[in-house]
Amino acid sequence: MALNISVKVHPVVLFQIVDAYERRNADSHRVIGTLLGTSDKGVVEVTNCFCVPHKEHADQVEAELNYAMDVYELNRRVNSSESIVGWWATGNEVTNHSSVIHEYYSRECREPVHVTLDTSLAGGRMGLRAYVCVPLGVPNGKQGCMFTPVDVTLTCYEPEIVGLQVCQKTVSGGGRGSSGVAAGSDLAQVMSAASSLESLLEQALQYADGAAAGAPADAEAGRALLQLAHSAPDLAKDTFSDAFASSVKDLLMVVTLAQLIKTQLQLNEKLTLLTSQ
Amino acid sequence: MASRAGSARRAPENEATIQYVQCDGLAVMKIVKHCHEESCSNMEVAQGALLGLVVENRLEITNCFPFPKHDDTMDEEEYQLDMMRRLRRVNVDHFHVGWYQSADVGNFLSLSLLESQYHYQTSIEESVVVIYDTKKSARGFLTLKAYRLTPQAIAMYKEGDYTPEALRNLKIGYENLFIEVPIVIRNSPLTNIMISELTEMIPEEEGSKFLDLGTASVLEGQLRSLMERVDELNQEAIKFNRYQQLVVRQQQDKHRWMVKRAQENAARAAKDETPLPEEDVNKLFKPHPVPPRLNPMIVAGQIDTYSQHISQFCSQSLAKLYLTQALQNAKEAKQNN
Repeated sequence: MALNISVKVHPVVLFQIVDAYERRNADSHRVIGTLLGTSDKGVVEVTNCFCVPHKEHADQVEAELNYAMDVYELNRRVNSSESIVGWWATGNEVTNHSSVIHEYYSRECREPVHVTLDTSLAGGRMGLRAYVCVPLGVPNGKQGCMFTPVDVTLTCYEPEIVGLQVCQKTVSGGGRGSSGVAAGSDLAQVMSAASSLESLLEQALQYADGAAAGAPADAEAGRALLQLAHSAPDLAKDTFSDAFASSVKDLLMVVTLAQLIKTQLQLNEKLTLLTSQ
Repeated sequence: MASRAGSARRAPENEATIQYVQCDGLAVMKIVKHCHEESCSNMEVAQGALLGLVVENRLEITNCFPFPKHDDTMDEEEYQLDMMRRLRRVNVDHFHVGWYQSADVGNFLSLSLLESQYHYQTSIEESVVVIYDTKKSARGFLTLKAYRLTPQAIAMYKEGDYTPEALRNLKIGYENLFIEVPIVIRNSPLTNIMISELTEMIPEEEGSKFLDLGTASVLEGQLRSLMERVDELNQEAIKFNRYQQLVVRQQQDKHRWMVKRAQENAARAAKDETPLPEEDVNKLFKPHPVPPRLNPMIVAGQIDTYSQHISQFCSQSLAKLYLTQALQNAKEAKQNN
């Protein structure tokens, strides 16, 4: 069993898990579901998931496997590159029932991974962990299997990061009540980035000043700051002002053209409504 | 679900029932993922359904699922019903509140969109169409916009009559085909906790792509599409002008024919012959069909959207350029000191 498996999870999957947990039936404490994605050379990339209804009793567990197959088929029609790579569960530990479910999933795919998201917030954090099942035991004796933790990291497509950043604003701002965050205009986004850049620069300056005055400083941080200062492209004054002026002129021209077109359209509309046949 | 049976659905049609759209982070991320994957593999638009519910004056979108591409083997209705039934088993809201579509540079206005949204809005009163701009979001600006058809647009589509008189009576132009409904994103507290965990796992440098100064590619694409649309509008204008000229010429012909007729009749009466039978003028000169104004209106609407997007894009590019100028000035000041 190759234990150098690493799991990469997309944010969508985690959103889905949390949502499924919030919508669980009143009598369940745990929710489980299937993980979909691709598996390549020991790297398992999980891009999608869905919830599977199940019930857990004291000594047995029932999961609606037909449901799981149906939803998997439906999903394949939209995205034929995603296949079953494992399963997920909420909670912070692996129970006996997990091995039963894991056995079922090992029939569906070659090397299923098991991901848990700790929605019960044990220890004050929502831990994300992944496991594979490793057989152990004595040959010709009792055999069993053990869940071994593997590395799990987060990976995103470019637009997903953007979406995540917008959602992050709800954490600080609109958390109270039902007020949310509007996806601001482009200019507002650049403005907020500029202000955060300003505060970061302030911090760096303070640190550098403190270090110059004699406070204990880290050599690594000093080297990084030096690299930062040198990474600004060294353009001669004329080159820069030329490039700057031409870019600004281009953009202003395009803006004028766009506004002109809009005005002309509106004028045309008014005239069409006015003229009588 | 009980709130649905309340005042929201009984409200008269001309009252603005929906003032804003509230989207769950989950739906946003799923839309982003689906549209991004579709744009990478092929250039077709990605479409899907939005699920949620109506609460007071807002439309809540809590989940969504993608549609498979147009496939003659399986019925799309069946796929939708299947999917909704499965989602209901896991307690997901299964009220169909609209649909979403990806658009390349925000050019979504087309006849098929009008048609689909018309059908949606007549069957489900509060439905919206959410447009996701792939190119701009890839550059770092999440662009999700929700639109609804105005009541005039619905009336116009119902009539199916696109002559200029009908449009003038309804007082409809390209500006009031759609109204934009603001979108607000909201997450539950548990999701917020998860997001704070995520922020620690993503490296800081990612997600600053929108500060990139190289804006030429996006701007180029937008301008090219704008030029194509303007060409189309020009063609439509030429068609309409030609029609008008034909009408004028026809009027002149009619007039000349009537005068000739009257002259002939007068001549015959002078020679005591029976006058020629009266012929129906209109049958001789059949009126030309008026070209429908729907296409030019749609094209004009698209051009309008493009101009808006371009202005927005240019404004933030200008802001970035001025930022670099400030940095450069600071650097020079330091060097000169």
